[in-house]
Amino acid sequence: MPGFIPEAAAQAADARPAPLDLVLRVNGTEHRLTLDPRTTLLDALREHLHLTGSKKGCGLGQCGACTVRMDGKGVKSCLSLAALVEGREITTIEGLAQGDQLHPLQAAFIERDAFQCGYCTSGQIMAGVACIAEGHAGSPQEIRDWMSGNLCRCGAYDHIVAAIQDAAGATGPARGG
Amino acid sequence: MTATGIGASVKRVEDFRFLTGRGRYTDDIERPNQTYAWILRSPHAHALITSIDTKKAAAAPGVVAVFTGADLEAAGVGGLPCGWQVHSKDGAPMAEPPHPPLAQGKVRHVGDQVAVVVAETREQARDAAELIDVGYEALPPVLDMESALAGKSLVHDGAARNLCYDWHIGDKDAADAAFAKAAHVTAIDIVNNRLIPNAMEPRAAIGDYDTATGEYTLYTTSQNPHVIRLLMGAFVLHIPEHKLRVVAPDVGGGFGSKIYHYAEEAIVTWAAGKLRRPVKWTAERSESFVSDCHGRDHVTRAELAMDKDGRFLGLKVSTKANMGAYLSTFAPCVPTYLYATLLAGVYTTPQIYCQVQAIFTNTVPVDAYRGAGRPEATYLLERLVDRAARETGLDQVDIRRRNFIPNDAFPYQTPVALQYDSGDYGATLDQAMGAALVDGFAKRKAEAGKRGKRRGLGYSTYIEACGIAPSAVVGSLGARAGLFESAEVRVHPTGSVTVFTGSHSHGQGHETTFAQLVSGALGIPMENVDIVHGDTGKIAYGMGTYGSRSLAVGGEAIMRALGRITDKAKKIAAHILEASESDIELKDGQFRVAGTDRALGFAEVALAAYVPHKFPHETLEPGLDETAFYDPANFTFPGGCHICEVEIDPETGEVEVVAFTAVDDVGRVINPMIVEGQVHGGVVQGIGQALLESCIYDEDGQLLTGSCMDYTMPRAANVPNFSVGTHTTLCRHNSLGVKGCGEVGAIGSPPAVINAIVDALWDVGVRDISMPATSQKVWQAIQSARAPMAAE
Repeated sequence: MPGFIPEAAAQAADARPAPLDLVLRVNGTEHRLTLDPRTTLLDALREHLHLTGSKKGCGLGQCGACTVRMDGKGVKSCLSLAALVEGREITTIEGLAQGDQLHPLQAAFIERDAFQCGYCTSGQIMAGVACIAEGHAGSPQEIRDWMSGNLCRCGAYDHIVAAIQDAAGATGPARGG
Repeated sequence: MTATGIGASVKRVEDFRFLTGRGRYTDDIERPNQTYAWILRSPHAHALITSIDTKKAAAAPGVVAVFTGADLEAAGVGGLPCGWQVHSKDGAPMAEPPHPPLAQGKVRHVGDQVAVVVAETREQARDAAELIDVGYEALPPVLDMESALAGKSLVHDGAARNLCYDWHIGDKDAADAAFAKAAHVTAIDIVNNRLIPNAMEPRAAIGDYDTATGEYTLYTTSQNPHVIRLLMGAFVLHIPEHKLRVVAPDVGGGFGSKIYHYAEEAIVTWAAGKLRRPVKWTAERSESFVSDCHGRDHVTRAELAMDKDGRFLGLKVSTKANMGAYLSTFAPCVPTYLYATLLAGVYTTPQIYCQVQAIFTNTVPVDAYRGAGRPEATYLLERLVDRAARETGLDQVDIRRRNFIPNDAFPYQTPVALQYDSGDYGATLDQAMGAALVDGFAKRKAEAGKRGKRRGLGYSTYIEACGIAPSAVVGSLGARAGLFESAEVRVHPTGSVTVFTGSHSHGQGHETTFAQLVSGALGIPMENVDIVHGDTGKIAYGMGTYGSRSLAVGGEAIMRALGRITDKAKKIAAHILEASESDIELKDGQFRVAGTDRALGFAEVALAAYVPHKFPHETLEPGLDETAFYDPANFTFPGGCHICEVEIDPETGEVEVVAFTAVDDVGRVINPMIVEGQVHGGVVQGIGQALLESCIYDEDGQLLTGSCMDYTMPRAANVPNFSVGTHTTLCRHNSLGVKGCGEVGAIGSPPAVINAIVDALWDVGVRDISMPATSQKVWQAIQSARAPMAAE
């Protein structure tokens, strides 16, 4: 509570941990960074690498807007410390398309009109790609359950599920990944 | 219909940038040399501030400045203004207490702004805020509206009994007389649960000050940047319009919550000027819960008088509406002119009387949230009509049909101020019943029964008023602004077109729909058209986007500007082709002399406008750039029928929405794909209100539902498959015939869901269920009904 901070705690707040030098591998490129060790992967991406496609909807792992892929698996970048993901292969929304060639799920989002304001979209797509790759796109119900970590306040769920179904069909076997 | 004109499901222009992470939202913007603001918020619902000591915070690492309410007051910063003044039934103006951007002497809700720390990094600002020593003397919080009226503790000294206003509409004596003749009266008590909007993008604001020009720029998450410029510039910071630019770039959803002028916008703009450095603030989600305006929160008693044939004779309604701790920008009009005026619904009820008491409490301010007033009216009316049918033994559909406003009655004047221009309620209902396969319901219900489940079917036949709004009408009702819209169409020398619109898109797809209007009207490809919105530095003026007004008002302004462009271009073409202006026709992008093969392409005319070597300058000006301001003649009246089918597991109380059918009359449809998306979104939010969402404060005024895990929003697994359709009658007072589609889903759906649950459980003895109908609540209702002693 404000006003009840003892002097020692106030001083402790001044004592910042020593910055860490680390290398993040993002979208196939290595980036050397010097970061406060408390920096989350999301903040490292947004504020240090200026990759602002991943969004901070809650910062608590509750909304999924920050979802990226790490070594092929979907993770919430707001819950990952940058210092702990050194050496991992991080893919963000900016690295999903091959040049102007959209990923099949990105293309399916257009076809199915699977978004409105766009704020949760990066996270939905990265989670959707993971959903397919990790073998959870076997049925609409399975997709709905798997995608329930990603909030969309515009309520485009019906179309998001359809887009993932389409892309799962286009990108090969949906199960067993 | 052309491939991209009116009626085509054109893929969205916006899609590519959103799909590739290239959308540019406020928090994505960084200004050179920017600082970060952190707002210290009240932990108390109601307390006097006895002291504030900022010395330690000011000395903390990285801190640039700390400001409190006293600093703003000393600098002459004004309070946040309210945009609407309602008068009580005795003629007195509403209580309108001051709303300082940073608290002065008293905090009035958990989350109220107390101080701001500006530092080199966000973390430093946040750490330093913890060093501010605030002395509080807690006061008894005012939370529920009933005890608020007892007035033992006052949120504002200037609002006796915590009453903002006591307003009414309709003829009370006539309504009483109608009730005296009634064969049957149905009464119902309704709570419209308080909701927290939670757009996925948290609010954010960056203030910037140009020391060379003295110009301020505010980047903000707003649905209406010009309104923010007007309110903040004229009332709070006293900055003239030509020195204040407000930019609302990509905005990640609003649903009403980003209409209002918020304290943080004024704080960062003022601080940027004071510190000569950009100041950036971004809400954490926990701040969104306690500082974004909430929605709904009505408590209502309603009575419906009927004759022996089930025809409605009169309606009497008494509502208490929670305003929260301060009056937000639009708050006073929501439970009055956006609510009580809708109480005729789609029915011919001849006498209606409604009284509304607006009440201050120590909670977050309440203002418009998707639908705003109209969902509250619809929920009340459709629950009441359903109950009336059950009490009188009439069928749910039959009682509605008996009372529908007939097709030959338009324009139809209701007893509560509005005049509906068009609609076909019977046909909409028929279409929805067909799509919902109502004929097969009995069979499905029996089949579910064999599995131990209970099925129910619920209806909602609703109307709403949008296309907000005719300035003369809202002005007479207390609005302090006009509600027109502006558009500028600029044809460039090589024939491409930029449209500057005062509407704002934050998910509605305006860049596509508006470009379709241009493509259709001028016969040019959509890719030659750009839609610019959200920047007062580029767009002449605008009132923004809310109340499903963008197409009906903003789109119509574009059509008028396009008409002027066409007129001017014909004049130019006539001059070049040496023909009479009246002989020039525009078709497929060609200006042709009627009946001849002499023609000029659109781009040729555009070029001529800017290379006017042989223009008769006395009668023909160079250039091709036209502006229109459009003020609508009336509201628009979308309506429709929503039918919800639920299956309930009586052992667990779990409600599954097995089918949801919506047939909406939104007027002419420009882009069916976008309309479908808007309806889906509205219905998802409506189902959220009906089954999942509820804002809960404890007895101390602490918000218990303060995270996405405590405040339950619909997720993919909660949402059914939809059957969405339209049944069109055209709006009669705009040239496009459009009505609006952004709110229909959230307005029509909640009563359909709850009526379906009541239908499923009526035979068990359940008579009512309140929103949100959680599994626990449904299970409890079933248990109480099964144990008659407990139920009595």
